[in-house]
Amino acid sequence: MLEQHIKVMSLLQKAGDITGRKKLQKMIYIGKKLGMPFYEKYDFRRYGPYSEELSLRLEELHQFGFISEVREEKAGYHQYRYELAPMGEHFLAGKAERATFAEQETIITEMNACSSKFLELISTVLFLEPARKEEVIRKVHTLKKTQNYSGEDIDRAYSYIERWKQQAK
Amino acid sequence: MERLALTPMSKGNAMLQEEKVFKDPVHRYIHVRDQLIWDLIGTKEFQRLRRVRQLGTTFLTFHGAEHTRFNHSLGVYEVTRRMIEVFKGHPHWNEDDRLLCLTAALLHDIGHGPFSHSFEKVFETDHEHWTRAIILGDTGVNAVLRRMGDEFPREVADVIEKIHPNKLVVSMISSQIDADRMDYLQRDAFYTGVSYGHFDMERILRVMRPLEDQVVIKNTGMHAVEDYIMSRYQMYWQVYFHPVTRSAEVILNKILRRAKALYLDGYAFKQTPVHFIPFFDGNPTIADYLKLDEMIVFYYFHTWEEETDAILADLCRRFLHRRLFQYVEFTQHFIMNEWSGLKERFKAIGVDPDYYLVVDFSSDLPYDFYRPGEEEERMPIHLLMNDRNLHELSRESEIVEAISGKKRTDHKLYYPQDILHTPGQEDTKREILEILSN
Repeated sequence: MLEQHIKVMSLLQKAGDITGRKKLQKMIYIGKKLGMPFYEKYDFRRYGPYSEELSLRLEELHQFGFISEVREEKAGYHQYRYELAPMGEHFLAGKAERATFAEQETIITEMNACSSKFLELISTVLFLEPARKEEVIRKVHTLKKTQNYSGEDIDRAYSYIERWKQQAK
Repeated sequence: MERLALTPMSKGNAMLQEEKVFKDPVHRYIHVRDQLIWDLIGTKEFQRLRRVRQLGTTFLTFHGAEHTRFNHSLGVYEVTRRMIEVFKGHPHWNEDDRLLCLTAALLHDIGHGPFSHSFEKVFETDHEHWTRAIILGDTGVNAVLRRMGDEFPREVADVIEKIHPNKLVVSMISSQIDADRMDYLQRDAFYTGVSYGHFDMERILRVMRPLEDQVVIKNTGMHAVEDYIMSRYQMYWQVYFHPVTRSAEVILNKILRRAKALYLDGYAFKQTPVHFIPFFDGNPTIADYLKLDEMIVFYYFHTWEEETDAILADLCRRFLHRRLFQYVEFTQHFIMNEWSGLKERFKAIGVDPDYYLVVDFSSDLPYDFYRPGEEEERMPIHLLMNDRNLHELSRESEIVEAISGKKRTDHKLYYPQDILHTPGQEDTKREILEILSN
C-alpha cells in the first residue's frame, strides 16, 4: 500500500525541503532517468517533462497530512515549499523495507541545490535523449526559446548528467 | 475495390479522386480525401486498434462502452480536419502543416495496447514509447509515412510527443481544449449512454482561432467552452472514476501481476503464455507488442481460469464473470490505525492481502479535469478578447472558476466481500467486516 507515495516521501525526507512544484517535478523525473525507482508517467509540457500523476500524488499526500505544502508569496509570484510533515515522518518510521535513497543522497542534494530553470534544462535534455547532442541542442533552442539557454548552460547540463549517471551506477 | 485516379498534391500524397466516408455515430461522417490518410488507416498496426477498447474495463460498468481506439482515432482525425477547415486563411495557419496535423491526429494513440493503463503499470512500459516505436520502426505505418519524406515520420512522432517546434500544431492535438478531448468526451458519453459529456462542438470549432503557439477561443464562445469544461468535470467523476470500473481495473492489474510473479517463480502454466513471455521477461519487441490485443488477453484469462494456482484462477473468474471487489472509502485514519490489523486478519483467514486488499488512488488514473495551470506547466485555455488581449478562461467565467480549484482526489479500498461471508473463521471475518464498515 502507498508504495509509490512512500518513495516520494522518502525523497522529500532525504532532500529536507524542496521549494517549487517545478523543481520537485524535475527532481523526480531526473531521479527516474537515473534509475531511482519512480514510476510516475511523464509527458512533455511547457517547462519540460511533467507528471500529472505526481501532481495528484502530492495532493493526496498533502490531504493525508504526510507532507506539508506551504504557499510562499514572492515579489510578483508565488511558489510552494514541500517538506515531510511529522505525521509523514511517523508513517515512514514504520516502513522498514522502503527505499531510503541513502546511496543517492549526494545526487538528491545537488539536484535540490540547482535552480528550477537549470533542472528544467537537464530534464529536457534527458527527455530528448537518445537523440544526438547536436539534435538535442537544436531542439532545446527551439522548444525553450524563451528560457535563453546558452551553449555553456547546455554543456553544463550534459556534464551534470554524466556525473550523476556515474554516481548512480 | 474501385480503381482510383490520383491527383498529385504533394510529394508522397495525392488526393483521392473520390472522397471516402466512414459513418460515425458521433460526428455523422468522417471524411478522407488524402491517399496518405487512407493508406495509414489500412495498415495492420492501425487496424489492430479495432481490437483495443477505448475505455478499458468500463464496459463492465456501462455495457455500451465497447468502442475502440480505432473509432476514437478516426474521430480525432475528423475533429482536426474540421478545425483546419476553420483555420484556413487565418494569418497564423500554414496550410503546409495540414497533413502533418491530420497524420498526428490519426496516429496519436497507435501505441495503445490492450487495457493499456494496467498493462503499462505492471510491465513498466508506456504507450508513448510504443507510439514512437511504431511510427519510426519497421512497420507498415512507417512505410506509408516515409513516402512523404525521410523526416516525416519523425515529425509526426514529435508532434504526438509534444516536442515539435510548431506549438500550434501540437496544441491542436494535445492541450486543454484539443481534438483528442473533444472526441473522447463526446464518444465516451455516447457509448456509455450517460447524459453528461455532451457539448456544442460545432460552436467551439467556429470560435477557435489559431495564434502563433496555441489555439485560442473568441470571447463570444465562452459559454460553449464552459459547457465543454463542465462535461469534462462530470465525465471525470461519473464515468472515468466510477468505483465499479476501478474495481475491475484493480482485479485486472492483480491478474497481470500474479501471472508475472508465477512465471518468474518458474510456475508451470498448463498452457505456455507465449504472448506474455516477452513482457514477463521485460524485453518485448514491436512485433511482440503488436501481437497482443484484447482478444488474446481474454483468451489467456479463460485458460488461466483453469489454472491450479488458486489466486490466478479466482481473479480471472472474477474478471470474466464480473464478480468484482467491494469498496469502502480510504482515509488517513485507516492508514494509521487499521491497515496493519486488517492485513493480519486477511492473512489469518488465508486470503493474501497483496492480491485481495487493494487501495486505489486518483493518481492511479489517466484522466484529469480543467485547471488553469500549475506554475504554468499546462497552457490554460485563453479567450481572445475584443481588444485582442488574451484572458485565462477562469478569470472570465465564474462557472469555470468554481470548479477549477476543486478537490480531484478520491481513494478507495477494494476487497472481496463474498469471501467474508463464507463459512469458517467467522469471528475473524466479522472483525474484518466491522473494521471495513467503520
